[in-house]
Amino acid sequence: MAGQASSGHDEDAAEVPAFRWVLRGIAGIISVPPFVLVSAFIGFGALARDTGLGLGHTVFMTGMVWALPSQIVLIGAVAAGTGIAATMAAVALSAVRLLPMTMSILPLMRGEKTSRALLMVLSHYIAVTAWVEAMRKLPHMPRAARVPYFAGFGTTLVLLNLGAVSAGYLMAAAVPPHIAAGLAFLTPVYFLISLSAAAQLTADRAALVFGLVLGPVFHLVEPEFDLMWTGLVAGLAAYLVHRWRRGR
Amino acid sequence: MNESFWSIATPWWPYLFILIAGWAATDVWRFVGVMLSDRLTEDSEALILVRSIATALVAGVISKLVIFPGGALVGAPLALRLAAVAAGMGFFWGVRRNLFLGILVAEVVLIGGWLFI
Repeated sequence: MAGQASSGHDEDAAEVPAFRWVLRGIAGIISVPPFVLVSAFIGFGALARDTGLGLGHTVFMTGMVWALPSQIVLIGAVAAGTGIAATMAAVALSAVRLLPMTMSILPLMRGEKTSRALLMVLSHYIAVTAWVEAMRKLPHMPRAARVPYFAGFGTTLVLLNLGAVSAGYLMAAAVPPHIAAGLAFLTPVYFLISLSAAAQLTADRAALVFGLVLGPVFHLVEPEFDLMWTGLVAGLAAYLVHRWRRGR
Repeated sequence: MNESFWSIATPWWPYLFILIAGWAATDVWRFVGVMLSDRLTEDSEALILVRSIATALVAGVISKLVIFPGGALVGAPLALRLAAVAAGMGFFWGVRRNLFLGILVAEVVLIGGWLFI
């Protein structure tokens, strides 16, 4: 918030050293979406403990995957004892959305001299929250400020949530079962509401509804590859609805 | 390649499992996104299809978490879990489009309803 207030097009980036933009990115963490993400990761920590994962596994997974929907798919597969190849396929399918997200944020972020290696490293931070915040704030900043700002913001967001996921994991063991259930419940509620709010196109909305219905169905019919089948069948059906609606 | 997270009893295997099935499977898209960022547009047909598949997959996981949960959530009746989700969604879309309040409503219905039963 602090960064947004003091950074307009009129400010000459050359006058503000890069590390000041890193600091503004760190301060940018104080806003609503990161707070909601922290509560979701507290919930994920509780969920991971319910699944039987160790604290180290949970923290490592959060840092390395850094995409809550994919992490939920991953621990869903872990809970079911799914083989590594089928797990990887399901996680990769759930993460395809990172491709268009990365592709749409990069033109905003890169300057003429930004190295591709640096962008590769920073791209790891791209997930829903960082993406939404970057799309909202970066256009109002001088171009030279955007990479340092995003680096400060993304690093802080990841570190904060490594703490959140640990706190959720440890809390789940210490609180009464009602509260532990409430913590684990944060994840599906958070995703259902935010996915429905983000669904702009007919295709997105249909995919959400079809996926909600077919997920449990495939779980009963084809437990080993249920996630993949849900994604492929419901996603393709949603796309066909989108084509059909547009074609009329 | 049929080994699961649990099937090799060494401390390092779960971490390798996470690296292969988790990290590689997600960062590959980010890296490809960086490589392709100056070629495709976000509203191209291929990307709409790809996003539909991703959305449906996550939606399937969400409803599985609500309908077939593990751990502590099993103790709450299915009808209560569904009512809590419906209350959160209903509040968000019907009363105020505030994500935090929507989640709060769902949690109050779940925990409050459970204590009331």
